[in-house]
Amino acid sequence: MTTKERIRAGFLLLDGAMGTALQRAGLAPGEKPESWNLSHPDVIESVHRRYVDAGADLILTNTFGLNAFRFEEAALKDLVFAAVACARRAIGDRDVLVGLDIGPCGKMLAPLGDTDVETVIAVFRQVAALGAQAGADLIFIETMNDLAEARAAVIGAKEGCELPVIVSNAYGADGRLLTGADPETVVTVLEGLGVDALGVNCSQGPEGLAPIVETYLKLASVPVLVKPNAGLPRVENGETVYDLSPADFCAAMRPLIRAGARLLGGCCGTDERYIAGLKALLSGETPLPLTEKNRCAVASARRTVSFGDGVVLIGERLNPTGKKRLRQALREEDLAYLLGEAVSQEEAGAAVLDVNVGDPEVDEKTLLPRLIDEIGAVTDLPLQPDSADSAAMEAALRRYPGKALINSVNGTEESMNAMFPLAKKYGGVLIALTLDETGIPETAEGRLAVAKKILARAKDFGLTEKDLVFDPLAMAVSADPGAALVTLEAVRRIREELHCHTSLGVSNVSFGLPARDGVTAAFFTLAMQAGLSAAIMNPLSGEMMRAVLCYRALTGADEGFRDYIAAAERFTVTARASGGSKPADGADTVREAVEKGLRAKAAALCRETLKERDGLAVIREEIIPALDRVGEGFENKTLFLPQLLMSAEAASAAFEEIRAAAPARERAGGMPVVLATVKGDVHDIGKNIVKLLLQNFGFTVTDLGKDVPPERVVDAARETGAALVGLSALMTTTVPAMEETIRALRKETPRVKIAVGGAVLNPEYAAAIGADFYGRDAMETVRFAERLRDEEKASNGGKTE
Amino acid sequence: MTERGVCDYPALPVNKEEIARYAGCPRGVLPPLLEACLAEAAGAVQNRVAWACFSVSLTDEGMDLGFCKTPSRDLARNLLGCERIVLFAATVGAGMDRLVQKYARLSPAKAQLFQAIGAERVETLCDAFCRDFGKDVPLRPRYSPGYGDLPLSVQRDVFAALPLEKSLGLTLGDNLLITPTKTVTAIAGW
Repeated sequence: MTTKERIRAGFLLLDGAMGTALQRAGLAPGEKPESWNLSHPDVIESVHRRYVDAGADLILTNTFGLNAFRFEEAALKDLVFAAVACARRAIGDRDVLVGLDIGPCGKMLAPLGDTDVETVIAVFRQVAALGAQAGADLIFIETMNDLAEARAAVIGAKEGCELPVIVSNAYGADGRLLTGADPETVVTVLEGLGVDALGVNCSQGPEGLAPIVETYLKLASVPVLVKPNAGLPRVENGETVYDLSPADFCAAMRPLIRAGARLLGGCCGTDERYIAGLKALLSGETPLPLTEKNRCAVASARRTVSFGDGVVLIGERLNPTGKKRLRQALREEDLAYLLGEAVSQEEAGAAVLDVNVGDPEVDEKTLLPRLIDEIGAVTDLPLQPDSADSAAMEAALRRYPGKALINSVNGTEESMNAMFPLAKKYGGVLIALTLDETGIPETAEGRLAVAKKILARAKDFGLTEKDLVFDPLAMAVSADPGAALVTLEAVRRIREELHCHTSLGVSNVSFGLPARDGVTAAFFTLAMQAGLSAAIMNPLSGEMMRAVLCYRALTGADEGFRDYIAAAERFTVTARASGGSKPADGADTVREAVEKGLRAKAAALCRETLKERDGLAVIREEIIPALDRVGEGFENKTLFLPQLLMSAEAASAAFEEIRAAAPARERAGGMPVVLATVKGDVHDIGKNIVKLLLQNFGFTVTDLGKDVPPERVVDAARETGAALVGLSALMTTTVPAMEETIRALRKETPRVKIAVGGAVLNPEYAAAIGADFYGRDAMETVRFAERLRDEEKASNGGKTE
Repeated sequence: MTERGVCDYPALPVNKEEIARYAGCPRGVLPPLLEACLAEAAGAVQNRVAWACFSVSLTDEGMDLGFCKTPSRDLARNLLGCERIVLFAATVGAGMDRLVQKYARLSPAKAQLFQAIGAERVETLCDAFCRDFGKDVPLRPRYSPGYGDLPLSVQRDVFAALPLEKSLGLTLGDNLLITPTKTVTAIAGW
């Protein structure tokens, strides 16, 4: 029997705690347990032997924290080999598996932490490869409290070796991982990566873990593992003891075993008596059979969306086709605009967001993963990277901390050969377009045939029905009056004959007709009735959202018409507000709205004002005077930072309207400024405030972000021809990096002025490290920049205006 | 002899004046948006503390805190006459960081306010822990790595002693900053 078969064959008894045993044997607090593989191999071996003697079928090496983040590169190999050797000696000739144990790497992944996912994948890859060389039977990833890290560990392990991979997570008292994922999402994402078993360890005793284990058993098709603590810890006579005896522990494990858990062991506080107890317990139990759950689901790092319960709305607005403003935002990497589009679709009711950056002037392979990262930071919705470029798709999928909806594959060999391996390796559900080398079949029969071909080919790659959502292609009825009926028929037959889910880009159907939304919404209703599982659509369209609400109300899916009635109230309120008298939020002009920090109001009033006055006039007569007044208020301490920021945001919203009204015209080139938080420092709130205000006052800001090395600041200053560089540092430990950056700038770009700011600085300190200016707050920096601009204008004889 | 534990606190009362102060408002002025942000933050806050007690002694090289040695004079002054200390780490979890990062991209005004709320939440948690702990012993004011001449590098010893990666799931960066960022480590003696 192979190891993979053995994992699935029946019960598998695991070992108990290693750490607790080593502490009892004299491991000092702060000492690294993994170093004992070389310094005390006899102790490690004896702990393993006690578990093997107690009946364990799988023991885990003493390598929990063994990785390049914590140990010298040179020591890693010897320690891994020693660890596996200790386990092998303890086993002797008995038939017991050795799992290479891998715990969290000790770094938090970006964006919460400062470590890039590729670095983490590489660290796990190295350890897994060493484990395989040393002769481990499988890779056991455990106690993971961040789903993104668990995912990186699985990808690393699979790149480092071909051994089976088991993953176990540690949950908080709230039943979620530290970084917010619920059990359903953990199962969805890790099963998508093709792990051989998954489960929970540590966290609590068996009873506390029961609800999580039940969710796993309900959703997972692979064997489920449970390795709890011996209850809760308490201190007794100066020693930490756990409140469950071996007998109590086994009694609490029994219901989990009967519910279907198959890989069983203990974590903190358990020893060989607990494992011997489990051994005795298992001899009287029969493992429940494994069942294929066939779940078609995608997930973000924190939330799951399943196909099959109601139509899944996929927001289509982050796609530049036919959208000038979005195209411009992509080219300029205008994240504020792009993220705004993401959030507005979420608020309107989208369940998944499509992300397409296809534009001849954009490098998809760089921008798609970057945008996926950024959107992931502002929304919990699962994402749908949308690209025909498999390199860009892979770059995005490697980083995405969930299970993506992949848009798309089609029936051509080239597409299937490129996309299927990506879905298999990184997890993901593929949108499969029913077209191939011969084009789009004209009949439903033809599209079904392509779908069958795609499904058969997918199975060659180890994918199944649950990994595909077919898109039988909505075509324009204006070009062919029978087009809609063919598509609807294809939806119905794919559902009935292939038992697969379907999706449509519904708005194509109305192409070429006037008042398209109504036609699209009617088609959408017909498609839902034909069994459509998902639609790529515009969630900001009232007609489309109403079609969903009405369909659900008419088909008994909206209990008590709750959603319909709630939405109907919203519709009427909106209608009244737009038609009736002005709401009393106290602003009649853009200037007032900006002064009062009313973001939505400023945008709405600006939109109105632009019908009568041009953009430059609005900026000069409304926005700038308002900002000046707010800025003065801040300087005179009659207004405070929160109000200043709200006004700045309101001004940004007004500027956005001005841009949208004249998208073709290049923005008047303001004086270029480069901003950065210096190397080693990760605080960027202050720098972001300065950026917002500088932009408001008409400067062209290049923001390099945080933790920026000196050479990148110098490069940016040179490339942009910056007149001013602003540097921020909040920690005393990073002021030397600021000084170094200033030295580099003085040497390479002697003309540029340098302003510094941050909590650790003062004017004297700033002068001592060579800065031209110390900004006590954001407004001071704006005023300094304005002075520079005036000087520049004066020296150019006012030519720049 | 070591006594240690990990505990979860229920939601703690909010000090709005303190949030206003962190957000840059003077006494008596509450930031606009505060109520909306507090409502959004409520679901994102956890209150977890890991702690351990140690005996403390004065040596020729400075203080032996039981989990590390330090020549810090400022801490020695704070702990003058104390025989025992409690070392603790209090965190409000990753949810607040996520909110700050989300709004750093969408609304700097809200980001700054969530930053202030996070700071107030974790300080309030520290206060609650010290108040509870101080019911049994006369606890001195808490003292954190990075205060005075107690270097931030002590965080490495704190991480090993509590052990924070395992007990609270925290990580320590090369720059000695903790993730989640709304976390405080401190020492209080009696």
